[in-house]
Amino acid sequence: MSSMMAQQIIDGLAALTLLISFALLAQHRMLSVLHWFAAQGLLLAITAAVVAYSSGEHELYISAIMTLLLKGLLLPWMLWRVIRELHVHREVEPLLNSGVTMVIAVAVTLFSFHVIQPIQVTADLVTHNSMAIATACVLLSMLMMITRKKAITQVIGFLAVENSLFFAAIGATNGMPLVVEIGIAFDVLIAALIFGLFFFQIRDTFDSMEIDTMNASLVHKDDDE
Amino acid sequence: MMQSLALSVALLACGSVIMAAIVAPMLQHQQNIQRALLCGLLGLTGLLACAAGFSGLMNDGGNIILPLGLPWLPMHLRVDMLGAFFLLVIGVLVFPVAIYSYGYLKHEQRLTPLAIFLPLFVLGMMGVVLADDAFSFMIFWELMSVSSYFLVTHEHQYIENRKAGFIYLLMAHMAGLLIMGSFATIYASTGSFEFAAMRDAEIAPLWASVAFLLAGFGFGTKAGVVPMHGWLPDAHPVAPSNVSALMSGIMLKVAIFGFIRITWDLMGSGDFQWWWGALVLAAGSSSAISGVLMALQQHDLKRLLAYHSIENIGIILIALGLAMLLAEAEYPTLAALGLIAALYHTINHALFKGLLFMGAGAVLHSTGSRNMEAMGGLIHRMPWTAALFLVACISISALPPFNGFVSEWLIFQTALMAPQLDGTLLTAMVPFSAAMLALAGALAATCFVKVFGVVFLGHARSACAAEAKEVDVWMKLGMAIPALCCLLLGVLPALFIPLLDRVPYTLLGTSLLSTLASGSGSAGQTSTALSWLWLTPIGAAHASYSAPIILLGMLVLGGLVFWWLHPKGIVIRRSKMWSCGNPHTHARMQYNATSFSQPLRRIFWDVYQPEEHEHAERRQHKLLTTRVRYVVHVSDMAVKHLYQPIGRFTLWIAKALRHEHQRDIHAYLAYTFATILFLLAAFT
Repeated sequence: MSSMMAQQIIDGLAALTLLISFALLAQHRMLSVLHWFAAQGLLLAITAAVVAYSSGEHELYISAIMTLLLKGLLLPWMLWRVIRELHVHREVEPLLNSGVTMVIAVAVTLFSFHVIQPIQVTADLVTHNSMAIATACVLLSMLMMITRKKAITQVIGFLAVENSLFFAAIGATNGMPLVVEIGIAFDVLIAALIFGLFFFQIRDTFDSMEIDTMNASLVHKDDDE
Repeated sequence: MMQSLALSVALLACGSVIMAAIVAPMLQHQQNIQRALLCGLLGLTGLLACAAGFSGLMNDGGNIILPLGLPWLPMHLRVDMLGAFFLLVIGVLVFPVAIYSYGYLKHEQRLTPLAIFLPLFVLGMMGVVLADDAFSFMIFWELMSVSSYFLVTHEHQYIENRKAGFIYLLMAHMAGLLIMGSFATIYASTGSFEFAAMRDAEIAPLWASVAFLLAGFGFGTKAGVVPMHGWLPDAHPVAPSNVSALMSGIMLKVAIFGFIRITWDLMGSGDFQWWWGALVLAAGSSSAISGVLMALQQHDLKRLLAYHSIENIGIILIALGLAMLLAEAEYPTLAALGLIAALYHTINHALFKGLLFMGAGAVLHSTGSRNMEAMGGLIHRMPWTAALFLVACISISALPPFNGFVSEWLIFQTALMAPQLDGTLLTAMVPFSAAMLALAGALAATCFVKVFGVVFLGHARSACAAEAKEVDVWMKLGMAIPALCCLLLGVLPALFIPLLDRVPYTLLGTSLLSTLASGSGSAGQTSTALSWLWLTPIGAAHASYSAPIILLGMLVLGGLVFWWLHPKGIVIRRSKMWSCGNPHTHARMQYNATSFSQPLRRIFWDVYQPEEHEHAERRQHKLLTTRVRYVVHVSDMAVKHLYQPIGRFTLWIAKALRHEHQRDIHAYLAYTFATILFLLAAFT
């Protein structure tokens, strides 16, 4: 596989990742969001494998496998369990309606391409086109955290930010050192575990998974003081 | 690196005070040893600082680079003429205050905080004077500010002390920030934090003005220049009296030192612009007059003294402003005279204000009150304190033969020579300032007649004043030393001025006496021939003053009057004073602090805008009055019209922003998002 072709494949995968980010932002059903999130994990693993093959850095295969297991399977499964236990199947009406969110998302994507332009010119890695897309994905995932009301979707948004950062790392540097990546993978795992615990705690405390309800009871406490 | 005697002694002084800060707090359980060690080491520091100051003024100073501080910026210390003079000011007050503290702190329960922060405070002040780079200057400056905050809030069980401490800390930090800004401005033109490089560098006039303004406001805040004086009348009264003596006596002077260091030394008199001097002159005049006017209406003894500090800082600034104007107009000799006058008043104020605060502390120690309305007749029970306090009162009122007169006379001499300046604004301003100075002097004298009269004369107004006891020998000794210095500086100014004259020599390149000696005619010869007797700053044709002759004349005249009033052989009948034959007098029938200042309250009604409340209890008819209650409150205009609006505005903004602090998580995420977008856009 020539480097030209590798670049073509990576660009294609990057485009798919961006598409998934948009899909995450547009979806309202919990299970679909989860599916798209798992798909993003899968894509990441494939990207890592392709980069590993084209650059000849065999350590990246390990991180590709780790990504597949962790982000493609384990995290989605944990979240799926949470959704099933807590019976949260639909996101309530988001803060901004889908149309407006999409327009903002497109603007943010254009903005990140504009911002990354000067870097792209100087970069000579095979993956340099993916930098702009990774930045766009980070911003889109943040946008998802801003616009959603359910705690679970916010957590998925947070994990999607992490996914995009991982993508940016592969794109910019051919992957971080393996030790760092294992560390980050464990961090994400632990974070997911803690989030899972929190979800149950939150439901017990507030009888709801909506952030507005939590805020309301907090504000109520403030007023009592 | 050049070592010298002055520098070695100064470093020894620093070592001694550091040792006090380390060792004294460890002796928490042996209060007597702790107090003795603290005061002993502080006294030693004072003596060493005096010695270093003298030796620095007599011979050349030296500099040293200590391997402390930042790796690329070791600590530069240097003793130059200006620093040596201020070392002398520090030492000459720290020594007596240390002796005084040994008596004053005898019954102090919580000695350890004082044992930590008092030496650190003194170390900070000495370090500021010694520092030879901006970085160590700021470190010592902040050490001075922060440790004095802890001293101000020493009795932190009272809420007003904590409030005063907070305002003090706030304004000290503001001042620190401004001063840092000033150094940063100079640094931008020189690229070095070392003072030596800053001296050599050329600064563009605009940036020099910025640095001057920042330094002026920064050091002005610390020195208590109106209207940045808000912290001062609150902080001085609540600190322990030995600390107030140091704060008012030296710390304000260290601010003056910093101002002279930046404007005269680092930027140099060549960079002066005409409006700098005019601004300093205006600030000085307003401080002098409003300080003394506010002082007149106080009945808290230490608060009154604090307002007098503002007045005296104003007087020093008047002299400095005149000197700056004259230096800018290329009259170096007269500028040297103004600078000498300013420095002379600096050391004078350190001495007599230190003495006054120590006297106030002695009164507070014996009566347990700062309220003048509760005192009276203390001269019978505390004769030593009364006599020493009187010396300080006469000094601060600028009356011969004490030192206050000499320095104010020198300032007047400078102001009288200023008509040589051109520019209508200046020719109008200088006489106006001189008039303000004269008015301030007269009002200060009025004020101290009030203080001495109400506190020490008459009859006791309360039980605590009636049962007051004279303070112990240490406190008396601590007060006697500055009193003696006041007299010496007042009687022999002609011996002290040649020493001072070396400061303008390094700053202006010219000195007063050398130009006078080379001056023509008999005037110069007289001044050299009888130099210890006559003080002739400009020339005998203009003005000269001989303190020894005045003192002799006063003694002779006083003796004659005494002899005439008390001829031998006549028995003196003693009876109640001012009773007008009525045997039933009451202590409350005396003039008190409020009634004494009533005429001035009428005259300056528009300035004070006092709030008066009169309440009379009557029995049916208005002639049958049983009790009249009169309350008058004069509030500080600056606090009312400047500080409170600023405080309200800050609170208003905080309230408006508080809403933004209590948003939900989406808003916070949106803030983060917007910030990231902004940073991405801004840095690409």
